[in-house]
Amino acid sequence: MKSEFTLKLDRCKGCGICVAFCPKQVLALDTLGKVYVAHPENCIACGQCELRCPDYAIFVDKLKQEAADKK
Amino acid sequence: MSARLMQGNEAVAEGALKAGVRFFGGYPITPSTEIAESLAKMLPQVGGTFIQMEDEIASMGVILGASLTGKKVLTASSGPGISLKQELIGYAAAAEIPVVIVNVQRVGPSTGQPTAPSQGDVMQARWGTHGDHSIIVLSPWSVRESFDLAVKAVNYAERFRTPVILLMDEIVGHLRENVELPETVEIYPRRTPKISRAEGYEPYKPDADLVPNVANFGEGYHIHVTGLIHDETGFPVGSPKITREFIKRMHEKINIAADEIIEVHEEFMSDADYAVVSFGGTARTAYEAVLNARKRGVKVGFVRLITIFPFADKIIAELAKKVKGIVVAELNYGQIVNEVERAAAGQCKVQLCAKYDMTIFEPEEIEAAIDEVSGNA
Amino acid sequence: MLERSYEKFFRQNRLPHLWCPGCGNGIVMKAIVQAIEKKSGWTQDNTIIVSGIGCSSRASGYMDFDTLHTAHGRAIPFATGIKLARPDLNVVVITGDGDCTAIGGNHFIHGCRRNVDLTVILFNNNIYGMTGGQASPMTPLGKKATTAPYGSIDRPFDACKLAEAAGATYVARSTAFHVQHLVKMIEDGLDNAGFSFIEALVQCPTAYGRRNKIGEPAKMMAWMRDNAVMKNVWDKLPDDKKIGDKFPIGLFYKAETETYDEAYHHVIEMAGGAAK
Repeated sequence: MKSEFTLKLDRCKGCGICVAFCPKQVLALDTLGKVYVAHPENCIACGQCELRCPDYAIFVDKLKQEAADKK
Repeated sequence: MSARLMQGNEAVAEGALKAGVRFFGGYPITPSTEIAESLAKMLPQVGGTFIQMEDEIASMGVILGASLTGKKVLTASSGPGISLKQELIGYAAAAEIPVVIVNVQRVGPSTGQPTAPSQGDVMQARWGTHGDHSIIVLSPWSVRESFDLAVKAVNYAERFRTPVILLMDEIVGHLRENVELPETVEIYPRRTPKISRAEGYEPYKPDADLVPNVANFGEGYHIHVTGLIHDETGFPVGSPKITREFIKRMHEKINIAADEIIEVHEEFMSDADYAVVSFGGTARTAYEAVLNARKRGVKVGFVRLITIFPFADKIIAELAKKVKGIVVAELNYGQIVNEVERAAAGQCKVQLCAKYDMTIFEPEEIEAAIDEVSGNA
Repeated sequence: MLERSYEKFFRQNRLPHLWCPGCGNGIVMKAIVQAIEKKSGWTQDNTIIVSGIGCSSRASGYMDFDTLHTAHGRAIPFATGIKLARPDLNVVVITGDGDCTAIGGNHFIHGCRRNVDLTVILFNNNIYGMTGGQASPMTPLGKKATTAPYGSIDRPFDACKLAEAAGATYVARSTAFHVQHLVKMIEDGLDNAGFSFIEALVQCPTAYGRRNKIGEPAKMMAWMRDNAVMKNVWDKLPDDKKIGDKFPIGLFYKAETETYDEAYHHVIEMAGGAAK
């Protein structure tokens, strides 16, 4: 994993913008319509999801190499 | 200070300035324009700001913004302009922003008779904007009193954080008199927060007098101001309880101080069997009518409402107990007469002396009404 | 997680905001605080946020500054009063297409004309959202609204052209899709001493997109991506390529003109009131 996700689900309204603009199809909406990280391994930490989230519900941080290795 | 010849409108400008007004927003309209013209010259001389806005609504908006930073503010208009201002007079009431609006009344409705005197905006002054709201309305009868009430209006706006209407009429606005104005006047300072943000400051938490100490913008309090009904934090709440408390407090902050705010000028009342109730420019004629009638032996007194709202309920009720009849003289089809009748509650006869034809009263017209009510006709 | 520094500009106890799922307003609100964050000397204590009425204008309640939620259309006069009374304060106005160009149209053009040092950000969602989807002066021709059930026949305003013609000294447009560009456009607007106007296109999936069968929020944003053309490219496009839904974004106009607050200071000096 090259990136770390933080989801503030109380803010997520399930609009699907992050899902649509993820270039690697990492994200999906669950049955209740909230975002979840379906394929973390594909994330390239481009930040497109966070950039356009209208609700400030998703945050993605690039992990430093060592931290990534430990995982 | 030596006496100066000036008109009522100019005296309003002088009074406002003396009371600390440092920001005026306005729009040209007869017969109030001299207030704007005077302040356009005088405000920059004391480091204040005058701005002519694109319309009457913007004139209200600009002074509300300035008031929120702590400046004492004024606007002035007439007839159609006052109608346009109603929207933001309501905002000032709801958001509790100190602001003084001068209305130099002319004949309406609509464009009406632009330069002719009238007192047709009395009920608009109280209820012009929508919804239940607070307001104070003062009406001068002389040039000197225009100055004094301008000062008082500014002080009341600050003390009660409410819009105050200085209800002039064309008679007094354009009246020229020799006046001596005081060098200094009593000033009510802007209310300030008593506790810090860290101590849990809430901008709309009322003080003991039911008036909140709302912080000025730019002083680090991060307050939110809205025309939506809000709780003590200032943020909107859709709750019946908060709405009820809010509307009640709007009224009660004025009501509990009403005895202090209400000012009535009485003369020749000790032996009076009858009374003439009037206000503003009309009271000047009423005074002469009373003098003339008394010369003829009619025991009539003179009662002039200086504070129009809150209405002098108790004083009129007492008056109605004492006299056999009241004449209400006003330059309209009959407005304040309804308030007088309500307060008199049938204890004496109430007779309307109305005029609404562009001209001011002749003393004889009011005397005739006195004679009618006293049975001398 | 690394705490996002812009979060301090939000009143955390007021979030999540009231906007519909997928509404673009949240994106622009974040862009505004990110732009403010980049301005040295602009703090939460010396910056005032003023808004009108409508969906966009609820933003002020979420932003941790002194904030003023005015009456419909009236944000610019209120903001003018604040700026002239306290020229040391930074004043940002948040408005919508109905608020700014319909009921507030007169205030808008006169704000531009005076060149008061304000930054006005218009959230253009092409509709009256708060009241359920009525046509605004910026609803495109032919688009449906509850008050234009057969499609709007009212020719829409180009608010940027209007601002420029009326005298604004900084005029730019961006979209909720082009977030970094939007932040830059706002930041440059904050930098401009004078009346700055930024139109930010936002998607309204509920009151506009659904009725016009444009689809979900992401699809509306993809439309922005596909149709917005950077100003420098747009200027070189032949007229036969400026067709369909294509529209320009970027900086349209910038001028250096004395601000109203500076001009009024000269009046005070002439009147002898400078020391008072």
